[in-house]
Amino acid sequence: MSRAARQAFIDTIPVLTGYLALGFGFGILLQASGFPVWLAPVMSITMYAGAMQYVAVGLLSSGASLLTVGLTTFLVNARHLFYGISLLDKFKNTGKRTLYMIFALTDETYSLLCRDNAEVSAKEKKTYYFFICFFDHCYWITGCTLGAVTGSLVSFNSQGIDFVLTALFITILIEQWQSMKKHFPALMGAAVTGASLALFGKENFMIPAMLVILLMLCLHKEKEDSHG
Amino acid sequence: MVNAHTFYAIAVMAIITALLRFLPFLIFKGKASTPPLVEKLGHLLPSAVIAMLVVYCMKEVDFTASASYLPALLASLLTGVLHAWKRNTLLSVISGTVCYMLLVQFVF
Repeated sequence: MSRAARQAFIDTIPVLTGYLALGFGFGILLQASGFPVWLAPVMSITMYAGAMQYVAVGLLSSGASLLTVGLTTFLVNARHLFYGISLLDKFKNTGKRTLYMIFALTDETYSLLCRDNAEVSAKEKKTYYFFICFFDHCYWITGCTLGAVTGSLVSFNSQGIDFVLTALFITILIEQWQSMKKHFPALMGAAVTGASLALFGKENFMIPAMLVILLMLCLHKEKEDSHG
Repeated sequence: MVNAHTFYAIAVMAIITALLRFLPFLIFKGKASTPPLVEKLGHLLPSAVIAMLVVYCMKEVDFTASASYLPALLASLLTGVLHAWKRNTLLSVISGTVCYMLLVQFVF
């Protein structure tokens, strides 16, 4: 293994533990929802999105319309639109590998790429970036598949396992809450979704909720000092 | 469980996710600045969407039946308090989920 690849492996170890565990949870959930084991590698290779794959299990088992599936994916992963903007420079001249690296740009990979590593020489940077993307993807595929395989071998009462998704979102919500000075988006998002659920029922509430949230955010006037 | 709809839905999710990751490179390549609306949404959208997803996860909870809302409420509180305190995602997620599973399987 080249020096850049070795350094990439060392720097991705925190993601290794995180992805194995979260991927494992996804595999167990997928299996408990009645899906075959091979769907875990298929989804983790092609979609490669943490939170969205959890949401996908619910969408797939409820047979949600493709419009709902598409809109939900758009909103849940819209943050990725903004990752690319800050990586334009780093990804310049990375050649054919760039296509794969952009495809594999998850939250965790993005944070590692932003942090960078001063020990890696400018010449080795491209290889270093590539292996960060590649290793993280491998961890995720492994975690998801191991979870699904384990779920199919070990039988246990899995009732309530879907709370793993709720718990994951609560932790992300708390981290965002603490990093933002203004809580209008979070409070509005919860209120609009709650109102939409009460109004339209659990089969039809997501699309109106997403449209109203987008509209409210576009109309929202930020004060000068509100960037938290 | 797996039918044509499963594959269409996975294809839609995979394509939109990839598109969202590629778009900024296609749009902003060679441009000096990003439009203010894009920047504003980038700043505000994530927490609104996560709040929406937390409510989405509660859609099956019946708030008129204590056996339905108490496990969800208690496990959410445990997850939230633990995370605000320790800030360890794995610890918070596993504790909250195990707590919820124990509550729905043995208590309520």
